[in-house]
Amino acid sequence: MFKLRYAQLEEIHGWLFVTPWLFGFLAFIVGPMLVSVYLAFTNWDILTPAQMVGFDNFVKLTTGDPLVGQALKVTTIYAGVSIPLQVVLGLILALLLNEKIKAMSFVRTVFYLPSVVAGVAVALLWRWIFSPDFGLLNAGLDLVGIDGPAWLADSRTALSALILMSLWGVGGGMLIVLAGLQGVPTTLYEAAEVDGANSWVRFWNVTLPMISPVILFQTVMGIIGALQVFTEAYVMTEGGPKYATLFYMLYLYQNAFEFLKMGYASALAWVLFAYILLLTLLVLRFSAAWVYYEGVSSKAGQ
Amino acid sequence: MGITTRPVTQPATSIGWRTNRRVHYALKMTVVYLCLAAGGFFVSMPFAWMLSTSLKTLGQTFIFPPIWIPIPLQWANYVKVFEVLPFMRYFINTVYVSGLSVAGILFASSLAGFSFARLRWRGSTILFVVVLSTMMLPPQVTMIPKFILFRILEWIDTYKPLIVPSLFGTGFQIFLFRQFFSTIPREIDEAARMDGCGFVGTYARIILPLSGPAIITGFLFAFRYNWNEFLEPLIYLNTHSKFTLALGLRLFQGEFTTNWPLLMAASTIAMLPVLLTFYFGQRYFIQGVVISGVKG
Repeated sequence: MFKLRYAQLEEIHGWLFVTPWLFGFLAFIVGPMLVSVYLAFTNWDILTPAQMVGFDNFVKLTTGDPLVGQALKVTTIYAGVSIPLQVVLGLILALLLNEKIKAMSFVRTVFYLPSVVAGVAVALLWRWIFSPDFGLLNAGLDLVGIDGPAWLADSRTALSALILMSLWGVGGGMLIVLAGLQGVPTTLYEAAEVDGANSWVRFWNVTLPMISPVILFQTVMGIIGALQVFTEAYVMTEGGPKYATLFYMLYLYQNAFEFLKMGYASALAWVLFAYILLLTLLVLRFSAAWVYYEGVSSKAGQ
Repeated sequence: MGITTRPVTQPATSIGWRTNRRVHYALKMTVVYLCLAAGGFFVSMPFAWMLSTSLKTLGQTFIFPPIWIPIPLQWANYVKVFEVLPFMRYFINTVYVSGLSVAGILFASSLAGFSFARLRWRGSTILFVVVLSTMMLPPQVTMIPKFILFRILEWIDTYKPLIVPSLFGTGFQIFLFRQFFSTIPREIDEAARMDGCGFVGTYARIILPLSGPAIITGFLFAFRYNWNEFLEPLIYLNTHSKFTLALGLRLFQGEFTTNWPLLMAASTIAMLPVLLTFYFGQRYFIQGVVISGVKG
């Protein structure tokens, strides 16, 4: 018998405690990812054995299937419009809330509660809000003398409607920015004031640089989220009308579980992964120009 | 404690630049309040609309311009929801699935978080980077192979595909727990060790009891995700009696295409648990946002 040293015991327990996660990681992430790579090069309908088809799926995806382009277009427009709007509105709201206002926590709750609900219930609620004849939105527009469009039923407005709906969750971004704002040291503002900076200059040269990492983070998470939109498209529009809301994830789901093209859908999944990675890297690359990290001179980061 | 009312005395306003500044400030605050009121009005409208619709008769939903307070209020809609479809069944199913998933996620993630935050072992840094990178991986990439795996295991149309993967924790939750645990002073572990407390004991009897806020935050994020989850139940569940709320709500839509009052009553009931937990756990949720910088 020999006694284990404390450090050895610690080492063993360290591994022991991450074992559940490690097992899940191997069984439900690494394993499936490897299988997914294989599937992307096959033709498989689940019922008959899979056939290797080489790069056929990727060739078809890039040249022979216009719906892939349409899905990428819809998803990109959604992300490209919704995310900047969410970031800007979230920033404005956070700035307003950061003033010394009365009933601050009540106001904060009002804005953030819509951002915590999600899923089918929300999608159904908004389908009813967008109802062309009896919905809330067109009733409101009617009050100011506007004859509202058919929203989800019209291919020209369906995507805009979903973008508008996404802004309901702006309170989530607001909370993040607000947390960032409250972390900005007041000494910076005092110093700026002593130097004679007015509030606009203070915002531009103190606030914005200090919270730029938060905004970058929000943008990256927004991209990842926006490219995975599924429930809204599936429940509210089923991708229509005329493929105007054919979100990429919806098209992937249809291929896998409605058309039973498991190989093709796997290839689609990897393209989506690559696209998310590409967009994220682009944003990170551009971020060097406008994101300020404390203690790092902007030159050193290049 | 006694309440004393004191006359509010306004300090005499001095003239000159101070007045100017006050006016400027008052003006600014007026704009702030007006903007917040307008914004608050717009974001509250959908909830008001949902509640109002849920208390109408079907006929009242086809009145234009819409009435906001229907008379009499149709509270019976909230009972009918449970009669036209096995809504109670869906509710219980959802509680069951999300309850087990959340418990599993919290347990496994806090264990791993403890290991990464408090224990020194070779490879922990690299493995933690792997944990973080799983947060970036879109679930779509593993969706199809997982479906095939569960099909081979004959788990289709059971709750296992929805629960079992959760029992091993998630990258985000591990990150959350690690961050929280790192803020607890290390001397506590040392003291526990001197008293002969093992690593399991330190985790279960020292660190966890000190981490109420972390557990609540983790619960809020995990509960919301699992309660609302739609894609996975859609893929794995076929039998109506096994449906979760997310799937059941769609049946309302299918069978009662225009019965908006019932649909809105059902939606209200489906949203309520998440709204309530977040309302009451607000403080912890905001703390979690600060710590992780993430909206769930």
